[in-house]
Amino acid sequence: MIPEHLRKAAQAWTDGAVRRATSKSPERSEGFVTASDRPVERLYLPDEEQIVKYPEKLGFPGEYPFTRGVQTTMYRGRLWTMRQYAGFSTAEESNERYRYLLDQGSTGLSVAFDLPTQIGLDSDDERCIGEVGKVGVAIDTLDDMERLFEGIPLGQVSTSMTINAPAAVLLAMYIAAAEKQGVSKEKLAGTIQNDVLKEYIARGTYIFPPQPSLRIVSDIFAYCTREVPRWNTISISGYHIREAGATAVQEVAFTLADAICYIETALSAGLPIDQFAPRLTFFFAAHTDLLEEVAKFRAARRLYAKLMKERFGAQDPRSMMLRFHTQTGGVTLTAQQPDNNIVRVALQALAAVLGGTQSLHTNSKDEALALPTQDAVTVALRTQQVIAYESGVTNTIDPLAGSFFVEKLTDQIEEEARAYIDEIDRMGGVVRAIEAGYVQHEIEEAAYVFGRSIDDKRRVIVGVNEFTSEVEPDIDLFEVSEEVRARQIEKLNRVRERRNQGAVSEALKCLLEAAGNADTNLMPPILAAVQAYASIGEICGVLRQAFGEYEEHYG
Amino acid sequence: MPKGRILIAKPGLDGHDRGAKYVAHLLRDAGYEVIYTGIRKTPEQIVSAAIQEDVQLIGLSLLSGAHNVLFERVLALLAEKDADDILVFGGGTIPSKDIPKLEAMGVQAIFTPGTSGESIVQTVSRLLQNEPSPNPHE
Repeated sequence: MIPEHLRKAAQAWTDGAVRRATSKSPERSEGFVTASDRPVERLYLPDEEQIVKYPEKLGFPGEYPFTRGVQTTMYRGRLWTMRQYAGFSTAEESNERYRYLLDQGSTGLSVAFDLPTQIGLDSDDERCIGEVGKVGVAIDTLDDMERLFEGIPLGQVSTSMTINAPAAVLLAMYIAAAEKQGVSKEKLAGTIQNDVLKEYIARGTYIFPPQPSLRIVSDIFAYCTREVPRWNTISISGYHIREAGATAVQEVAFTLADAICYIETALSAGLPIDQFAPRLTFFFAAHTDLLEEVAKFRAARRLYAKLMKERFGAQDPRSMMLRFHTQTGGVTLTAQQPDNNIVRVALQALAAVLGGTQSLHTNSKDEALALPTQDAVTVALRTQQVIAYESGVTNTIDPLAGSFFVEKLTDQIEEEARAYIDEIDRMGGVVRAIEAGYVQHEIEEAAYVFGRSIDDKRRVIVGVNEFTSEVEPDIDLFEVSEEVRARQIEKLNRVRERRNQGAVSEALKCLLEAAGNADTNLMPPILAAVQAYASIGEICGVLRQAFGEYEEHYG
Repeated sequence: MPKGRILIAKPGLDGHDRGAKYVAHLLRDAGYEVIYTGIRKTPEQIVSAAIQEDVQLIGLSLLSGAHNVLFERVLALLAEKDADDILVFGGGTIPSKDIPKLEAMGVQAIFTPGTSGESIVQTVSRLLQNEPSPNPHE
């Protein structure tokens, strides 16, 4: 509630000073909106509720409902992990980039896999023509994984892997590669994305239908709880939902709707909430509308904490903490005047930090055109370092709290995201909503509205529809050679010749049996197959045989 | 009476279809009949869908960097099946140095990030009327 005397004073100001000012020179627009098309008022006022309800709405950092951050001292204690997503061509070349990034002050690794790996195909599969090593590194067998991390101590770095449908296979390869370095699985720290639901919604690297996919996710939860206790078993991702065109509210809502589905799956598999929930993590985008993004992160944290406590009865505070990774918004980068992207990324990274992120990837200026060059990646990393060490925003916790506007936005985003979640509940949950095309359609509509607003210049994108220049950008682009596939196939063939074929067949047979028995955890037989140097295509082939494949239907 | 039939297709393994869906929506709003294939289609599937649906244009969208190989394959298959009266345009994250190569193969127009909706609709309308391109670099 806005105090009565203030409300009256504000009305007087609007009727007097504002009217006089706008009659002389009107405002730039009839109405102002955020990047997500949310109307923005001229002025926000203090709300008494923020004081009266401070404990339940904001609380203290590290305490429920975690609006102000999940750690007690936030960046005064430890900065976020600077984790640059990278990977291309072969394991050897990606290994070189990782070592460079670690040398330059990166504090964690983040592996990008190529599309064949992401959909469980070997590099020699017909369907992979043109795609091997393109958007990430090609991994066919454990041999590639060993090369990928050669000379990188897996007991000391934490590694995030953007892998979903075949997450169990890549996690097994990571465990096996670490074991070869003499590092046991209890010591491993990192994250697998392992979020198949958003693949159906927005990202497209699904393999199996939802039910067996959810079983694999839940098997990974159970296995890691016992065997790889420091591993984050999932990174429930709003990033790709946002990239596909969702608004800030939709990003929060659909991500948490996915989270609810994973949690319900694990609960029905008999896992106690406080055993697996502390290892759940999230991944969001940061776009250029700074204040809306900060509010989004704060709203997501509060909404998740309440869901975990009220809906799922979590007791352990760690189960209620929404810990998240952020990536700056790839879709906001422009091919025109690419240097401008450095500025966009800086604003977006600032939003992530003011929003309390746990780790951050900053995009490179050239990514609207191709994979980034090393120079561009270095500037992106330096951007994080400037924010961390020079901007001062890390010196106090949640510095935008109490901003009349940010608090109002935080409330609105939470409320609207909750309404979406209620709607999805009414539809019978997110799998139903995906199968009905509801979630995809909502995103597509938002993307269309946004795109049209650029086309008709209601929205200005600098260098694209205003302030354009005729000069084509002269920029060195990174290129992956078409020969990578041939090299990769050669390596795969060498592994196939060297390995014990009997052991591979036996391991694949065991996996097929395990897949047919819903009570058997799939991780141990997958690990055994990986250790016998079965390829990702062979392992996923067995699972395809057992589970079938998902087919999307377009209206 | 629709102005023409267009297939929007996603060849290869790339799942990013915001652009493909956007262009499909845009062209529908502009009065065309548009069929969207969905993601992960092989060049064979795309060409046979184009023939079956009796379209005049195919729009290929790709963001994974596999455009050189896959666009070429679609064009070759169209020629093979005697269907090269179906014209092909494309879009996605395609470096400008690849555009002349793609045009030499027979791709009629490439829309890179930042292309306005109006310019896409204009180019499509021109292609359907079989007018020569005033500016192939659109």
